[in-house]
Amino acid sequence: MELDIVELSRLQFAATALFHFLFVPLTLGLSVIVAIMNTVYVMTNRPIWRQMTKFWGMLFGINFAIGVATGLTMEFEFGMNWSYYSQYVGDIFGAPLALEGLMAFFLEATFVGLFFFGWDKLSKVQHMIVTWLVAIGSNFSALWILIANGWMQNPVGAEFNPLTMRMEMTNFFDVIFNEVAQAKFVHTVSAGYVTGAVFVLGVSAYYMLKGRHFELARRSITVAASFGLASALSVVVLGDESGYSTGHSQKMKLAAIEAMWETEPAPASFTLVGWPDQEARETKYAIRIPYVMGLIGTRSLTQKIEGIDELVAEAEKRVRSGIIAYDALMKIRENRGAVPPEVKLQFENHSDDLGFALLLKRYVDDPRKADEEMIRKAANDTVPHVLPIFWAFRIMVAIGFTFIAVLAYFFYTASFRGMRFPRWALRLGVLIIPLPWIAVELGWIVAEYGRQPWVVDSILPTALGVSSLSVGQLALTLAGFVLLYTVLFIVEIGLMMKYVRKGPTEDVAETEAWMARHRKRLQGCADDDDAEAVLTPGE
Amino acid sequence: MILHEFLSFEFLRVAWWVLLGVLLIGFALTDGFDLGIGTMLPFIGRTDSERRVMINTIGPVWEGNQVWFVLGGGAIFAAWPLLYGVSFSGFYMAMFAILASLILRPVAFKYRSKRPGRLWRSSWDWALFIGSAGPALLFGVAVGNVIQGVPFHLTDDLRSVYEGSFWGLLNPFALLAGVVSLSMMVMHGAAWLTVKAEGAFVGRARIAGERAALIAIAAFLLAGLWLAFGIEGYRFAAPVAHDGPSNPRLTEVLRDGSWLAAYAARPWIAIAPVLGVLGALLAWRGFRSGRETGVILSSALSITGIISTVGLTMFPVILPSSSDPVSSLTVWDSSSSHMTLFVMLVSAVLFMPLIIAYTAWVYRVLWGKLKEEDVKEGGSAY
Repeated sequence: MELDIVELSRLQFAATALFHFLFVPLTLGLSVIVAIMNTVYVMTNRPIWRQMTKFWGMLFGINFAIGVATGLTMEFEFGMNWSYYSQYVGDIFGAPLALEGLMAFFLEATFVGLFFFGWDKLSKVQHMIVTWLVAIGSNFSALWILIANGWMQNPVGAEFNPLTMRMEMTNFFDVIFNEVAQAKFVHTVSAGYVTGAVFVLGVSAYYMLKGRHFELARRSITVAASFGLASALSVVVLGDESGYSTGHSQKMKLAAIEAMWETEPAPASFTLVGWPDQEARETKYAIRIPYVMGLIGTRSLTQKIEGIDELVAEAEKRVRSGIIAYDALMKIRENRGAVPPEVKLQFENHSDDLGFALLLKRYVDDPRKADEEMIRKAANDTVPHVLPIFWAFRIMVAIGFTFIAVLAYFFYTASFRGMRFPRWALRLGVLIIPLPWIAVELGWIVAEYGRQPWVVDSILPTALGVSSLSVGQLALTLAGFVLLYTVLFIVEIGLMMKYVRKGPTEDVAETEAWMARHRKRLQGCADDDDAEAVLTPGE
Repeated sequence: MILHEFLSFEFLRVAWWVLLGVLLIGFALTDGFDLGIGTMLPFIGRTDSERRVMINTIGPVWEGNQVWFVLGGGAIFAAWPLLYGVSFSGFYMAMFAILASLILRPVAFKYRSKRPGRLWRSSWDWALFIGSAGPALLFGVAVGNVIQGVPFHLTDDLRSVYEGSFWGLLNPFALLAGVVSLSMMVMHGAAWLTVKAEGAFVGRARIAGERAALIAIAAFLLAGLWLAFGIEGYRFAAPVAHDGPSNPRLTEVLRDGSWLAAYAARPWIAIAPVLGVLGALLAWRGFRSGRETGVILSSALSITGIISTVGLTMFPVILPSSSDPVSSLTVWDSSSSHMTLFVMLVSAVLFMPLIIAYTAWVYRVLWGKLKEEDVKEGGSAY
């Protein structure tokens, strides 16, 4: 395979996936927040909650449109740029993608129209159910996509079939109850909820700073802070769970995240910061906390975590074993399966390592002809780039803890201090709006860049997964996506800003009349007028 | 898991071939009218509010309709992974064109009426036109190429290598097939407008529908004649096992004879092209005599007939290779494994009725004609 084609295909996938993933988390989070608001509207019958549902629902809609559009790209891209990958693992990987359409996307897409157009055509309760179906659909979508992705990280329930030259499913339940997939799902949707919560909180803080839409802002902050805090805690806990399952299945990724070059005696220490040097195989300027890594990675004080050097030595053994499997595979293929049982046995005993022999294809067409130098190189190739993964992980985690602190503060002040936010806190709320996006993109990088050189861990090297295309074709489509996506991005951000500045438009008169009528009773819950006076000194 | 042994591999393969057709037809019947209306938008809608009525007749439903296409793609990936890889990477630039135009569509729907400017709105109207007419035409072009055979081969590793070019896809027969699909979707879109909208433009839509129905019939019949005299068909060199491994290189396909031999072997399949033509004729009459529900049913019948014709004529071949017929993908040698097909079929049997039920409910809630008064600015309409 030409390297340019591999690099261009990877760049295109990373660019389109990261762009798609700018919109997905907000869809996940806002859909649930809007459904919660709609439910409160049904329960309390107060028009302010309908106004909130409609307002945040409109922002949800602007975001949702691009999420859907860029999601189409993802579905096309496997076939267009990664056709050998599609043939090699489509038997397993395709199923969750199709199930996503069948069980999730249909639900979400069919009802999202009714969410916007159904206000006058449905009863309140019916409309609330519709909103929840949209939220459930979005979240189910994430479930199936992460089952597919989880299989790339931890390929269970499948084996290689020499006659069809591909991986085939042996146990569907292993695929869906894959522990990596489950941990990733909860981690990812929780991250989406935090994104939605921080967005709602930030925009509401902006209104408070401007002294506008106070009724909407204060209720939105209450919802966002409580929902967001619970989700932020879940992100960190489930991130930890994700780390634990990574420790089981992807030892190399875990070692790269930690820049653990050598195996340490158990329990291993956690490197807080440092500068990993891939050439020298050491982490400079490292600050370490004893025991912590061993606890996260193994949940014990006695089990050790293997370092990169030890894992490379293990990979070298597997490359050699893979060559035996490859040799048997060629014999089986040449004879269309009609081979003596010892050849079949030879293949079965070594087929788990077949992928490691395929790593050699970068250096030689026929892995059986590889020399010692090539085998060593291939084993070395199993180490991903440590530096970006090491830092992406640390920044992501730091942002995660920041959210817990900020959301806890807002939750506390909203619940027990009567919404008396100092201006600096509101400014902070606005300032942190971009942080969730940085965290989720870095999370993607840790998970997917950390998976390299594999597209499916230990099964298929990324370089082999590509289509037989030309550099020109790939460059052209990449340029096309960059152009198209840039325009979409500018239009999207422009519209978001316009509608945020404009604020809620519908039912404002009705809401205000209702507020005036119930002012007395509302004051029982919180000193709105006082708070408003504190917040809007200009008026 | 031994549960999957209850259904034979052969049965599952045929079932997924049928389901592939069901999904494509589902897509053409639902998203088809969206694409048709998008195509007519700049020509039939003369004022901004007319265009907004047109858009809003499909506004609440196009998103769900599009999932037929998304699910079709997912089902091809899951049930026919080779077909997915070979066709998407082979028709590379065409796929990119379809994708780019489909990306424009959701955005155009949502954003068009969010700003009042004339330039803003007419730009999005043309984006909708491209996002609708482009895919409608290109889907037909792709099918036209599949019928003629596609220049690709599979290596021993089953890596697919495409040997043609993008411009090679735009050959006369494929363009004719593109005309069939574009005109049938315009016919369907016009039918939807007669059912769902009121206003001066509905009359114009009827005229467009009449013409589209006639063009669809003419192009479809011409393609049939072309198939009879100008295009070779594909068949297996010898009978093959229907439950063999999914490896096209293990079965031999030849390029000789005619596709129309299928009609001698299975005369009953002639019902499909007959329905294709009859449905369009009935739609044409319906447009002329001002019928409403009848028109959309007729055009749905026609679309079902036309798409079924392609599948039934080619069975069991799915994607023939013109440069290396042995690499051709067929029902018997390019499916997913027995277990995957079983798991997917169970899921489809459980969920398809549910999907159809709630989609029907949504359409019922939204039932009724749309007028210009219904799309006042600032409301929830697009």
